[in-house]
Amino acid sequence: MGKIIKYVLYDIVKSKIIIAYTLFLLLLSIGLFNLGGSPDKGLLSLLNLVLLTVPLISIVFATTHFYNSYEFIELLVAQPIDRRKIFLSEYLGVAFALSAAFLVGVGIPVLLFGASLTGVYLVLTGVFITFIFVAMAFLASVITRDKAKGIGIALMLWFYFALIYDGIVLFILYTFGDYPLEHATLAMTALNPVDLGRILVLLNLDVSALMGYTGALYKSILGSLWGISLAFGLLVVWVLAPLLWAKRIFSRKDL
Amino acid sequence: MMRNTTKSLLTVVSVLLPLVLAQSAAGATLTVCRTCALTSVKQTVQQAQPGDTVLVNGGVYQESRIEINKPLTLMGKNNPVIDGNFTGQLIGVTADNVTIQGFTLKNVATSYTRDDAAIRVFERINIKILDNTILKTYFAIYLQNSDRIVIKGNKVIGENKGKNESSLGNAIHLYYTDNVEISGNNVQGHRDGIYLEVVKNSQVHHNTSHQNMRYGMHFMFSDGNTYTYNTFRNNGAGVAVMYTTHVRMVHNTFEDNWGAASYGLLLRDISNSVIRHNTFRRNTTAIHMEGSSQLDIKNNDFERNGWAVKLMTTCREDTFRLNNFTGNSFDVSTNGTIQENHFEQNYWDKYTGYDLNKDQQGDVPYRPLSLFSMLVERVPPAVMFMRSFMVNLLDNLEKVLPSITPEQLVDGQPLMKKINHDNDRKFVQVLR
Repeated sequence: MGKIIKYVLYDIVKSKIIIAYTLFLLLLSIGLFNLGGSPDKGLLSLLNLVLLTVPLISIVFATTHFYNSYEFIELLVAQPIDRRKIFLSEYLGVAFALSAAFLVGVGIPVLLFGASLTGVYLVLTGVFITFIFVAMAFLASVITRDKAKGIGIALMLWFYFALIYDGIVLFILYTFGDYPLEHATLAMTALNPVDLGRILVLLNLDVSALMGYTGALYKSILGSLWGISLAFGLLVVWVLAPLLWAKRIFSRKDL
Repeated sequence: MMRNTTKSLLTVVSVLLPLVLAQSAAGATLTVCRTCALTSVKQTVQQAQPGDTVLVNGGVYQESRIEINKPLTLMGKNNPVIDGNFTGQLIGVTADNVTIQGFTLKNVATSYTRDDAAIRVFERINIKILDNTILKTYFAIYLQNSDRIVIKGNKVIGENKGKNESSLGNAIHLYYTDNVEISGNNVQGHRDGIYLEVVKNSQVHHNTSHQNMRYGMHFMFSDGNTYTYNTFRNNGAGVAVMYTTHVRMVHNTFEDNWGAASYGLLLRDISNSVIRHNTFRRNTTAIHMEGSSQLDIKNNDFERNGWAVKLMTTCREDTFRLNNFTGNSFDVSTNGTIQENHFEQNYWDKYTGYDLNKDQQGDVPYRPLSLFSMLVERVPPAVMFMRSFMVNLLDNLEKVLPSITPEQLVDGQPLMKKINHDNDRKFVQVLR
């Protein structure tokens, strides 16, 4: 398994896209921290970046990578190696590479300019989001053999989680505004890893606004150690659910 | 010139000197201490003649229910302590022209029927309460139906741990009392720090009110008062002012008032008042306005609040000019679509317009009310979607094509640069 991961990593680094991604993140982070004035403002702008571009690049890159290494996977499947091992190695290889790019591109600037608990949450959120969207990309890739279709599904997934979902929830909230929606909202945010990550960071940044009467509730739920562990636990579930589903499909699939 | 000055000085001295002498001649000084002939404050006060000075030396006096029923100066020297041991009110004043200065008064139990206080004044004129330290009392300083009062330099520390609002009294409580000067006091740990009900023509300045269970300051039906250089910090619900006209609030600081139902300043049915040069920092809601009209809100700093201004539709003809709005999660929020208030020449850090003719005013009007803030006002849980990309998108769409937010709520001349108007900021900081 370690050997396959090594090959996957080697292949990714050779393609140089990952290096461009790292540089892109690095440049943006340093730029945002220097433009924003205060580290808090920098973190805020960075948050939007992390929640929008990181999922997009992760999901598109992982999907294309999966299709591009189809022949390699077929070759491996012909060997006496467990299919699950092949799949997990592919996944971990891509996820590690993208996370490393993220850690260098965002983690180091955050450490330099805005080192705080919020910064740590931001970086952790970014890493989780990378793992989650790579898992979704693999799910999209194993569902169909057609590359165009696969990338289409991946993009739809990104579109849904990064944009549409919030719109739908806001619409629901607006329509059912006369009902007590505190817990429903909390449940709905848990159904989207992007929202979950955003709230984790925001609870540390915009505390005053969130401390309104409903904010106090969320702060008491999500601000405690228990709540934060719960949120990260949910993120882990968000990694595992699509990954295990994709693995199941892959191990039964007729390649 | 010189001769003139000397002459006038002489005149002043010759007029004043007999007055001063007469004053000192009128009253004897009775000294109370542990080893003196007089060891009880209460008995000494009873024995004293009108106009006397009762000088109490350092030490602990376990007494309560001291009644001052003649004009007296009750003076503490070397910080005497009057410990009530929770047996009732400490000092009751039932005469005019009384001064109480330099004591530590402590331990008054909660009494729902009598409203026991450390110092209680009832229907009196010209009372001075100066430089006392008041610890663990129900009410600390309680005045009613009085006139010409000075409350200055007192430090009040209450115990509010494990208590609720109804079992706590106010630190400085005034009821139907006019011409009051409340200055340089530091109050904490009570229900309301400063409570004024029907108090007119008074000055409240240089006080610090913090960590009170309910309001840092609370006043109602108190017209014509001036509040300057006060600091209200970390109170349960901030400062609440209600049903009053002609108030001046200048150079005050409202900070760290946050929590479930907290605001820096709650204005309810306030009219014809001036709110200037104040700093609102890190409050859940800096100003919450309801039914308030013709307020002049100018030169204030709103920094890092959750909501800078919550302007309910019941407010009319309020003017916001030359204020700084920086780092607030929401600048303005309202609950309806009708707006009859004016915003002009404020600095908004969220403003993204341009200034082509370089007159320091943006050429594009700024709409401080975002679609999202209206949504949050209607559906509070929506606050969870703050800074979501979708929300930013909706806000920007609304900015380009306003459809839901009130048309009139707009700053026509937003400033390009932050206003540096607080020349007295240093002064405030030194005091803090």
